[in-house]
Amino acid sequence: MSNNLSVLYDAPGPRARRRNHLYTVLFVVALALAAWWVLDTMAEKHQLDGDKWKPFVTDGRVWTEYLLPGLGETLKAALLAILIALPLGAALGIARLSDHRWVRVPAGVVVEFFRAIPVLMLMLFANQAYSEFTTVESEVRPLIAVVTGLVLYNASVIAEVVRAGILSLPRGQNDAAQAIGMRKGQIMVSVLLPQAVTVMLPALVSQLVVIVKDTALGGALLGFEELFTQISLIDSFYANTIAALVVVALVYVVVNTALTSFAGWLEGRLRRGRRSGGVVPPKAAGDPADDLVKLTDQAGGRAV
Amino acid sequence: MFDFLEGYDLLAAFWVTVKLTVFSAIGSLIWGTLLAAMRVSPVPVMRAFGTAYVNIVRNTPLTIVIVFASLGLYQTLGISLLGGTLDDINFQLAVLALAAYTASFVCEALRSGINTVPVGQAEAARALGLNFRQVLTLVVLPQAFRAVVAPLANVLIALTKNTTVAAAIGVAEAATLMKDMIENESDAIFLVFSVFAFGFVVLTLPTGLLLGWLSKRVAVKR
Amino acid sequence: MKFRRTAAAAAAVLSLSLTATACGSGDDDKIKIGIKFDQPGLGLKTPDGKYQGFDVDVAKYVAKELGYDEKDIEWKQAPSAERENMLSRGDVKLIVATYSITPERKEKVSFAGPYLLAHQDLLIRADDNSIKDVKDINSKKLCSVTGSTSAQNVKKDFAPDAELQRYNQYSQCLTGLENKNLDALTTDDSILAGYAAQDKHKGKFKLAGLQLSDENYGIGIKKGDKDLQTKINKALQKMIDEGAWDKAVKDNFGPANYKNEPAPQITEKG
Repeated sequence: MSNNLSVLYDAPGPRARRRNHLYTVLFVVALALAAWWVLDTMAEKHQLDGDKWKPFVTDGRVWTEYLLPGLGETLKAALLAILIALPLGAALGIARLSDHRWVRVPAGVVVEFFRAIPVLMLMLFANQAYSEFTTVESEVRPLIAVVTGLVLYNASVIAEVVRAGILSLPRGQNDAAQAIGMRKGQIMVSVLLPQAVTVMLPALVSQLVVIVKDTALGGALLGFEELFTQISLIDSFYANTIAALVVVALVYVVVNTALTSFAGWLEGRLRRGRRSGGVVPPKAAGDPADDLVKLTDQAGGRAV
Repeated sequence: MFDFLEGYDLLAAFWVTVKLTVFSAIGSLIWGTLLAAMRVSPVPVMRAFGTAYVNIVRNTPLTIVIVFASLGLYQTLGISLLGGTLDDINFQLAVLALAAYTASFVCEALRSGINTVPVGQAEAARALGLNFRQVLTLVVLPQAFRAVVAPLANVLIALTKNTTVAAAIGVAEAATLMKDMIENESDAIFLVFSVFAFGFVVLTLPTGLLLGWLSKRVAVKR
Repeated sequence: MKFRRTAAAAAAVLSLSLTATACGSGDDDKIKIGIKFDQPGLGLKTPDGKYQGFDVDVAKYVAKELGYDEKDIEWKQAPSAERENMLSRGDVKLIVATYSITPERKEKVSFAGPYLLAHQDLLIRADDNSIKDVKDINSKKLCSVTGSTSAQNVKKDFAPDAELQRYNQYSQCLTGLENKNLDALTTDDSILAGYAAQDKHKGKFKLAGLQLSDENYGIGIKKGDKDLQTKINKALQKMIDEGAWDKAVKDNFGPANYKNEPAPQITEKG
């Protein structure tokens, strides 16, 4: 990346280097001042007191009773959501590529509709609908409502990823398969889809990050007992909202960073595999993250 | 058929949603551009800051960012921004949080846009004697922006939907009203949902179409 | 094909977690009781996995009188909005969770008790002497939780000019209250006393003592279960007569300088 971007400026000479040093110092001082002010104000408001932060280090029960079970619920919801959304999304994506208008158009409407609606509203609606029209136990209902909301939204996002993945394959693949007499369904299932899945796998893993983040909505507004809700439970006992908020945020960052790096690693690996297999012409080497961004953009609005 | 709407100010709630979107969009565009500039700048500390910021914020749930703005910035640190009534302050905090969060996506979109600008452009600019700031603002960024209209449109649409998370700190926008209505009008939840869904389709569809058209119009022909 | 193995692993994790949820069948020697998990002083889940608070003490006493040992109690979280549903579906047998007896609720569930008379009140900073009367609330910044009617009622009936902050948990209000960005947290005084009595908050907050409403806490049961209602009422009366009720009040609200009402007359019959 650096050799790609350093094209924006010359190798610094003595004056530029001095100026860069000055900027460095100014920037660090500004950051340090801001940090000092924040910490000082927090100390003044007793937010840095030991008894607010110590439980996370010394009291293992905070982790075993609150944070880890919460994280478990978060991951459970996320995994359920992606595993259900995946086949649903693939079906919708393929349907949007259908030759038949009566398949293509309804699938398009469904996809566009659920992409336009905030996932929080889908969750709120699902929660109330389940409560009124089904006999789901109130203990698992928030989980099911959250998963429903996530599935509806992410299936439509995945549909677009699948569609983009299939469209990104060289036309020759389709032509060659037709030439040897395969039927449309056969071409899709045994030629196009396997390749498309390989291309979009990293994008799907990073979609998991979006899902993990969205589960917190269910915690904040539906009472789904995932990681985010643990803040108030911890706070009820230790009276340390800010500390709990920071620690929980860190847990999210760690988990999601792991997922993001995994997606990046997968991307790199798949590209190497592709090059040796020669299925898809290799692209110019670049930042793997940029490729992710590109696929992301094709899928439309899914990255945030 | 629409008597369930009585007593609720639907337009006011959606107006708050629109205002949240517009102000956050402007804020995130400015902050996101600055972050992108930092990430490609010659100063290593700024690059590190930009990278760290984007990676942390992108991996944190928006819910946490917004709750943190309210409980951390306002209730603990006492930052009340422009001040005013509690409603005003909550609105401003929500805008700040949404802009801070969305900026990381704007930054990433712009960075990939910068990568689409051919190396020769920047080299030619440098050969003319332009410095980093000039290369960036006169040559690279204008082209990068034109390349990323479509991704930015997607970020904007996501932002529109994300404003609903402001419900977590009690901003009276569409999702807050929907939550109240769903609880109170439980015999009309399908109608309630349809009305709010329609509202968001109306907000996001034209944005997508308009900016999609724009992205084709301004795309740099190469 | 590395990722195929990953997918298999993911599927394994999923099926494991699914079976984990599928287990947990109910048998008859256990009693399921709904309480609050995050309400200090009334119903609070501690890091030991235990439960403490006044509601919990009452529930334990009643369960004992109904013939259940303490270890036979299965505690369930009963969020305010879920309480009627949980009872009518039979998810729990009793709900002892700051459950005020109201005519609207009695259309859907039955109550035993009441076992505590609470009042809506304000929690203010210990050094704040500006709220002595209902009319002082005007121009103050109140905090309450989404879905709670108490704050709206204050605004409507007593203080039209008061500003209102809504969060999802009461505890979120305390941060702002402590740092003087909010002036009062309003809800039932029993709940407020629970917060004020917490070790970590001791000396920071106090109750304004305004008694803005009467809230009779009852034990929620399935609608029309008269047999159970009579048994619970008998248990509650015994708890009061034995002095166990006074002890529970002292244990849970004691440090908050909370002037509790005497044990209420049991009125929910038939």
